[in-house]
Amino acid sequence: MTSLIETTDLTRILHEAVPVTLVRDVTLSIGEREFVAVTGPSGSGKSSLLYLLGLLDRPTAGTLKIRGRDAEPMSEKERAVTRLTNIGFVFQFHFLLPEFTARENVEIPMRKLARLTRAEMRERATGLLSSLGLEDHLHKRPDQLSGGQRQRVAVARALANDPPLILADEPTGSLDSKSSEQVFAILEALVNERGKTVVAVTHDLDMAARMHRRIHLVDGRISEEEGAKPGF
Amino acid sequence: MHLILDIAWTHIAGRGRQTFVAIVGVAVGVGFSIAMAALMQGGQDDFVRQLVDTMPHVEVSDEQRSARRQPAEDVFEVAAISGLRPRDDRRGIINPTAAQSWLEEWMPGRFAARLNAEGVIRYSGREVGAVVIGIDPEREESVSPIVEDFREGSFAALTAGGNNVVIGDTMASRLGAGLGDTITAVSSEGLTRNFKIVGLFHTGTTARDEGEAYVLQKNAQILSNRPNAINRISIKLDDPNAAPAIARRVEAELGYKAVAWQEANESILEALVVRNIIMYTVVAAIMLVAGFGIFNIISTITHEKARDIAIMKSLGFSEADMRRLFVLEGVAIGGAGSLLGWALGFSITYALSLVHFEIAATGQEMTRLPIAWSALHYLIATASALGSAAIAGYLPARRAAHLNPVDIIRGAT
Ligand SMILES: Nc1ncnc2c1ncn2[C@@H]1O[C@H](COP(=O)(O)OP(=O)(O)O)[C@@H](O)[C@H]1O
Ligand SMILES: [Mg+2]
Repeated sequence: MTSLIETTDLTRILHEAVPVTLVRDVTLSIGEREFVAVTGPSGSGKSSLLYLLGLLDRPTAGTLKIRGRDAEPMSEKERAVTRLTNIGFVFQFHFLLPEFTARENVEIPMRKLARLTRAEMRERATGLLSSLGLEDHLHKRPDQLSGGQRQRVAVARALANDPPLILADEPTGSLDSKSSEQVFAILEALVNERGKTVVAVTHDLDMAARMHRRIHLVDGRISEEEGAKPGF
Repeated sequence: MHLILDIAWTHIAGRGRQTFVAIVGVAVGVGFSIAMAALMQGGQDDFVRQLVDTMPHVEVSDEQRSARRQPAEDVFEVAAISGLRPRDDRRGIINPTAAQSWLEEWMPGRFAARLNAEGVIRYSGREVGAVVIGIDPEREESVSPIVEDFREGSFAALTAGGNNVVIGDTMASRLGAGLGDTITAVSSEGLTRNFKIVGLFHTGTTARDEGEAYVLQKNAQILSNRPNAINRISIKLDDPNAAPAIARRVEAELGYKAVAWQEANESILEALVVRNIIMYTVVAAIMLVAGFGIFNIISTITHEKARDIAIMKSLGFSEADMRRLFVLEGVAIGGAGSLLGWALGFSITYALSLVHFEIAATGQEMTRLPIAWSALHYLIATASALGSAAIAGYLPARRAAHLNPVDIIRGAT
């Protein structure tokens, strides 16, 4: 089994008047087809870790390898391309572009990558949205959708370029329990049926318990880890 | 990229009113720049055309630019001579026949020799100071701008011989004389001769209409007591722009002062250059103001769309993509403004070209505003509009591209 992401002593310190440590000495390895929960009290650095893993932020110390490749020497453009092809983000709030319809939002990463024809992109976006139960909402703009529907559109968008890694920051945090369950089931299916790796930050310990592996953060450090597959 | 275009469009379309104001700002700038350029260029072209049409392209006179080299300068190592002037030779251009046949050989154009004599024209007790110009009517016709300005008669009326004169209509009315009347010309030598008016011209240039009297060369020579003399050669070239080179050649060969029209009007031509500099400075200033409008709207968009910028970056858009996006928005506004500005500029220019009026006071009559229609004006205005739009878009775009998406995503609720 190859590792998707490997970090050693990953550290992120904000150099403010009083330096703030967001993440400290995180060493972990995440492989393919994993369903990983990142838990911890509020302010423990869960989001910060996720931004580092997703190449949105740069560590102040330590190394991060994505698919075996060191991210440190990458240019801003290479990091952008890596995000485009290898990583899908789902945030707590839907973060769709408000002027575009659900399907157009899902098409945006594909159009940016420009590997498919426009017709193929349309077909793929429609397929992704339908598989998430949104076949009746393809042409609605985000403000015409419910919170749960928007979050599912965001998931579809994260899957647009078929990346191996999905990073989700409290994807169910702003949803009611029914929608939460629905989104969770979708993430679970991504791992089990589509072979993706999903790393999801969650407050919900029940949900975390239903995932394959749990990483517990306290004050930016890994305080507890369970469920890691042998060999890591 | 098509995607960037689409996103840019949603941003611009989402702020219709503000975008419209920015576009109108650019359009007004471009429109007025075009109209102003048309008017300025038109005025300049008209002016230069008048210079070229009404003046000889090269005028050779019997003067010399510098005094002859003095023997003292050859004999002594150091010699200071003061108060030296070029000799004033009453005989005019020496050896005129040889000079003219030399010119005839190579001159790419036409020329005519004259004798200009200062004098006074008298008629029934009234007097007007005038230059009595002795011409060869046939040759003069080929170089003189007056040919087309005859009210009555023509140079040809002089050809027949006899004591005839052609004068300007202003002089005629000041003298109270008309066609067929006989006036008296008095030269500075005190010689007097009567001439019958056989032609009247009206050039529109007051100095000419009031102060020139054309007679046969022979008559002028008799009147000023300078047999066979000429003191001017007027050259009209096929290509007026070649005048300086031709003037240099003529001067080098004949030794007489040969002045190209550009030299004669040097200060005026320089003033035109200054005028153009001022005009393009004003155009630049207008575009700067239009640029502020664009800067304003693009700044607003980058602030409002900070969250979208963060989203796009998290999706895998690069900083360069973000810069391109907002520069494109600026340029799109600049482009739309330019197109509208073309229409506006064309309309204003057209409206100006319809204006009619009468001015005779300035010496040159005008009945219409001189307008130059030139695609170059549209190009220059558009180029400066697009340039200022690109800069106005680039400044906020660069800031927006630098935004750290993490700061925005973390801060969002
Ligand atoms: N720009 C910042 N300035 C100061 N402190 C910050 C900044 N960003 C985050 N923090 C702090 O860093 C810690 C980790 O934040 P975060 O990663 O969002 O935690 P979590 O997602 O686990 O709630 C928090 O205590 C937060 O207040
Ligand atoms: Mg968080």
